[in-house]
Amino acid sequence: MNTMSMRRMIGAGWKNFARGGAVSVATVVIMTVTLGIISSLIFLSALLSFTLDFVRDQVDISVSFVTTASEHDILALKSKIELLPQVKSVTYTTREQVLADFRAFHATDQTILQGLEQLGDNPFGAYLGIKAKDPSQYESISSTLETTPALSAGGASIIDRINYKQNKITIDNLSKAIAVTRSGGLIIVILFALASVMIALATVQLAIYTAKDEIGVMRLVGASNAYIRGPFIVAGVITGILATLAVLIALFPIAWYIGTKTAGLLNGFNIFSYYTSHFFIILIILLVSGVCLGGLASILAIRRYLKV
Amino acid sequence: MIYFDKVSKHYGETKAVEEVTLSVAPKEFVSIVGHSGAGKTTLLRLLLAEEKPTGGSVFFESINVNDLPLSSLHHYRRKIGTVFQDFKLIPNKTAYENIAFAMEAAGRTDAEIASDVPYILELVNLADKAHNFPNQLSGGEQQRIAIGRAIINQPEVVVADEPTGNLDPINTFEVVEILKKINELGTTVIITTHNKGVVEAIGRRVVTMDRGKVVRDDISGKYVL
Repeated sequence: MNTMSMRRMIGAGWKNFARGGAVSVATVVIMTVTLGIISSLIFLSALLSFTLDFVRDQVDISVSFVTTASEHDILALKSKIELLPQVKSVTYTTREQVLADFRAFHATDQTILQGLEQLGDNPFGAYLGIKAKDPSQYESISSTLETTPALSAGGASIIDRINYKQNKITIDNLSKAIAVTRSGGLIIVILFALASVMIALATVQLAIYTAKDEIGVMRLVGASNAYIRGPFIVAGVITGILATLAVLIALFPIAWYIGTKTAGLLNGFNIFSYYTSHFFIILIILLVSGVCLGGLASILAIRRYLKV
Repeated sequence: MIYFDKVSKHYGETKAVEEVTLSVAPKEFVSIVGHSGAGKTTLLRLLLAEEKPTGGSVFFESINVNDLPLSSLHHYRRKIGTVFQDFKLIPNKTAYENIAFAMEAAGRTDAEIASDVPYILELVNLADKAHNFPNQLSGGEQQRIAIGRAIINQPEVVVADEPTGNLDPINTFEVVEILKKINELGTTVIITTHNKGVVEAIGRRVVTMDRGKVVRDDISGKYVL
């Protein structure tokens, strides 16, 4: 294929598209809807990831210490735990902070505060909050903690309790829910993508069906298959580009409106902020999808009419 | 130049063409006549390799047309200019672009196109309609554009399937005159028709078909059914 043929095919493709009238407009509209679905999947996927991260962040193992445990022993244990490969972070909360938090939480409940005063001494022990890199790793962290003796200088255990056992069922369920949501989300994404591709294919096929006689004539006047196919592919690519631009422009007001209405409900996830901060990657995904869909649909649709 | 060797074409039980043997020499003007369903159009479709024969072979010069692969058919078809009863112009191209398309498809340069297309438009007397789309042209004008497209690449043969079938007498006369002129310039012309006036205006070889068979072949024939 030489430059002259390429130039002619691009020119003819553009003319075909421009002169296609209602058929071209309808194809762009359907392609816009298809890319709109793909873009909503991008946002859904981002929202899912954000929510999963948020939920994950709520899970931890908390190790409570006896009131007699010294800060030195606790910090030594903290350093040991931080070295575990499954551990993402360890936070230390002192006895005094626990007491202050308790007082603040029950600031309006005089009965409890009076009961606390009567005890005289701080009844709370310090604790360590441990976060794992992955929810599935809490089990192994808990096992490691149980088999690692944390003793004071006097030889007594400084750990009062590890609350993983108590939260084990919740953590397990959450881990399973995350796994199911991930695979379920993937299946939904694939189904939507397939449906979108089929809609786009059917539309482009319909547009090319209207030109099937024309394709036959081109064959009879001596045009090669490549020369006939070229302009249709170019028109498909133009459709994809225009649909991408339409979706990108339409997403600004839509994402802004949805963002302002839902940011409070989605644990701080703002769809508009996500769109503006990921604009170029979304542009590339939509452009590649649009161009490939338009071009590929044209190739598949025209194939059957070239056997004359 | 063209040789049909015992060519048959069957569609199920229907025998559209049956054991036709026919040769056409260079620069001949052959009119193929017959009732509807006599097999005239099928014979042309076999020559254009739109159909494969059920039996026999079609030769163009030394090429067995039936042996051509789909991927090289376009090279063969560039040797033949084709005119149809329903014109078959490309609807979203102007008169100029319809003619130019055949040159572009054959890989001719922009300079050749810019020089030859206006000349052909003059020849078919449609220079003033160069930028009209087919739906802005009358039937006669569309057929003249189709003839222009058929001859633009100076093919060795022009095949016209009922070229005057949709035209009034005046346009019919003009089309026949153009085809005669093309033949006088050295191009072989094969037309199918039922129009007695057309055959007699041409006054050249007439091949008569009936029920898929050649029943008469007169060198300077008249329309006899």
